[in-house]
Amino acid sequence: MSTTAKLDPQVALAELQERKPDRVTIVVLSGNMDRVMSAFIIATGAASMGMQVTMFFTFWGLNAIRKPGVSSKAADWLRRAFGFLNRGGADTLPLSRFHFWGLGTRIMKLVMRRNRMPGVPELMDMAKDLGVRFIACTTTLGLMGITKDTLIDGIDQFAGVSTYLAEAKDAQVNLFI
Amino acid sequence: MAIQWDVHLDTLGLFCPMPIIKTSKKIKELAVGQVLQVVSDDEGIKKDMPAWCETTGHEYLGLEEEVNGNTTHYKTYVRKTK
Repeated sequence: MSTTAKLDPQVALAELQERKPDRVTIVVLSGNMDRVMSAFIIATGAASMGMQVTMFFTFWGLNAIRKPGVSSKAADWLRRAFGFLNRGGADTLPLSRFHFWGLGTRIMKLVMRRNRMPGVPELMDMAKDLGVRFIACTTTLGLMGITKDTLIDGIDQFAGVSTYLAEAKDAQVNLFI
Repeated sequence: MAIQWDVHLDTLGLFCPMPIIKTSKKIKELAVGQVLQVVSDDEGIKKDMPAWCETTGHEYLGLEEEVNGNTTHYKTYVRKTK
């Protein structure tokens, strides 16, 4: 005699979510404050909704995860010069528009602070706290004269395109910012 | 008719995504079956809280709006289900 297991859809769904949470990947190519902020808002929001979030930092996006004020230690002078000219640090990112040599960005930050809105550094701390994984692209790190030791602590992986695709193919939300 | 609640969370003055992040942390402190009241003055919460509940599986109980002069306080209610 066969027994038929009664399927409670609510329980089945909960079990499914337990085993395989919704996944989100975000490629952060831009180093603009407004775009990076959006990326972190989506990342922290998704993590709060129980999703598993991975952020891939590449090109200008790497500036967000650089230690502020640390100079490049790249081996050749060309890359070192590039790493020097291209300032890094979560708090140094310019707005994509209305930057006005720093004035526009300063005003925007002031307005945000007055309204108790978290900026990029605060959002980044929150993302780490919520378990968002950070991956730094090794190819562009080299290209831009950024060495691993000049990045913030807590980078989960240093990897390339295959790692990204392996994650993205199983994710429900994949964003490129 | 006011909805009965057990735990209160004040997110007044905070913008997206802070109310949701705080909710996700606060809900961990509740026992299953308890109700969390989240008060926010960000109108986005009216849509965001039901969406958060739908994704996380907690039960959305409803919304109360309280107008004080030119600010509105949105009170949302969530029952912890797991």
